[in-house]
Amino acid sequence: MILRLFFSELRLLSRNKAQVLNPLAFLFLGVMLFSVGVPSTVQSNGIYAGAVLWFIVLLTNLLALDGLFRRDYDNGVLEQILCASEIPFMVILMRIFVHWLHTGLLITLLAPLLGLALGIEAHALPVVMLALLLGTPALSFIGATGAALTVGFSRGGVLLALLVLPLFLPVLIFGANVINDAVAGIDNTAQLYWLAFISMVAFTIGPFATTVGLKISVQLQ
Amino acid sequence: MFLREFWHKLGSPKWFYQISTGWMIGFAVAALVLLVVGMVWGLAFAPADYQQGNSFRIIYVHVPTAMVAQSVYISMGVAGIVLFVWRMKLADVAIAACLPVGMMLTALALFSGGVWGRPTWGTWWEWDGRTVSTLVLLFLYIGIYALREAIPDITLRGRASALVAIVGTINIPIIKYSVDWWHTLHQPGSFSLTEKPTMPVEMWAPLLVMVLGMYCFAGYIILARMRIEILLREQRTQWVRGLVA
Repeated sequence: MILRLFFSELRLLSRNKAQVLNPLAFLFLGVMLFSVGVPSTVQSNGIYAGAVLWFIVLLTNLLALDGLFRRDYDNGVLEQILCASEIPFMVILMRIFVHWLHTGLLITLLAPLLGLALGIEAHALPVVMLALLLGTPALSFIGATGAALTVGFSRGGVLLALLVLPLFLPVLIFGANVINDAVAGIDNTAQLYWLAFISMVAFTIGPFATTVGLKISVQLQ
Repeated sequence: MFLREFWHKLGSPKWFYQISTGWMIGFAVAALVLLVVGMVWGLAFAPADYQQGNSFRIIYVHVPTAMVAQSVYISMGVAGIVLFVWRMKLADVAIAACLPVGMMLTALALFSGGVWGRPTWGTWWEWDGRTVSTLVLLFLYIGIYALREAIPDITLRGRASALVAIVGTINIPIIKYSVDWWHTLHQPGSFSLTEKPTMPVEMWAPLLVMVLGMYCFAGYIILARMRIEILLREQRTQWVRGLVA
């Protein structure tokens, strides 16, 4: 059943390419705008690279989150999912997992490009990818809770950011820190463990909290 | 047995309203006494710091507000759990009452921190670990506040804000560790359960009095707000009409 859910989510996603591509376009746009805006002395040495990369990843994730449940909420599918007494949790878990695939995992795969654009040296790129791989699940699983609670409002975007961004702070701190240390050649396993830990916590509570949030939002209609 | 009965009775707003009159007065008197004693003691009688001089005295406002601000958020998280597990109406009343109090205390802690930072660190604002975690706390409060404002239905509003409070409370330790880890300029916490204070007793005793006073003050304000909220929500019932008439 899990596999079937997974493939149906993937199929849904493949029919809605804008949902995947628009955040990615935003990602590159953000990196470009930053790089053009800073003075050229800062541009090439990458001291801000860790912070900027993670900041743009957070925003990209946030943009994608807004559409996570929106369509299903509007056309009533969400209510059907929640009414089916046993599976809602699994469906929601799969939904969030697929969201991570097309934000977190995809960004991880594109990270070398982004890193080079931001002036991160090539020797640090594997660590950058590893940090994104370990840190981004936390963004999806925490963010989904916020998306679930705000899906009932027609303009929930700002509220979503307000609820979720403070909770993203630890990921930003360890994520940016790991990149800075990797660039400087300092040992960075501790931060990577931290990122994995935060993702684990988010994975444990996120799907439950999201289900509860969706149940609240459905009653708002 | 007694506790269990008490717990069941808490489900009744009317019972709570009646019983909390005494608690409220108790907190108010304790807060008044402790705050006045602590303030006079701390500002006039405690010795000046050998390094910071008299400017250190803002500790007697800064530390209590920061401590209570955090405790109020955590108690909101606890109230959230109570709301989900026992569906107790009173828990949402507690969240509604804690929210503005905690928000104001957090803002006050940030402000007093800035005032203290100017003479000692030479800056009003520094992106320091504990400053940032307090700022995040303020944003967490604002998030719940904005969410509550957006939801018209009173039951759903309670459940939604309880969920956010619970998730936020789980995150607070992670946020604290991460920012401390990040970098910190702050002096270490003034009180710890396991170690002796580094300050001399003449300095920390008034601080302790102020902390306790601030807790009592917050307790008083929260209870008072809860009572008003109960009256508002139960305004159609017989007992409230009898009370107001």
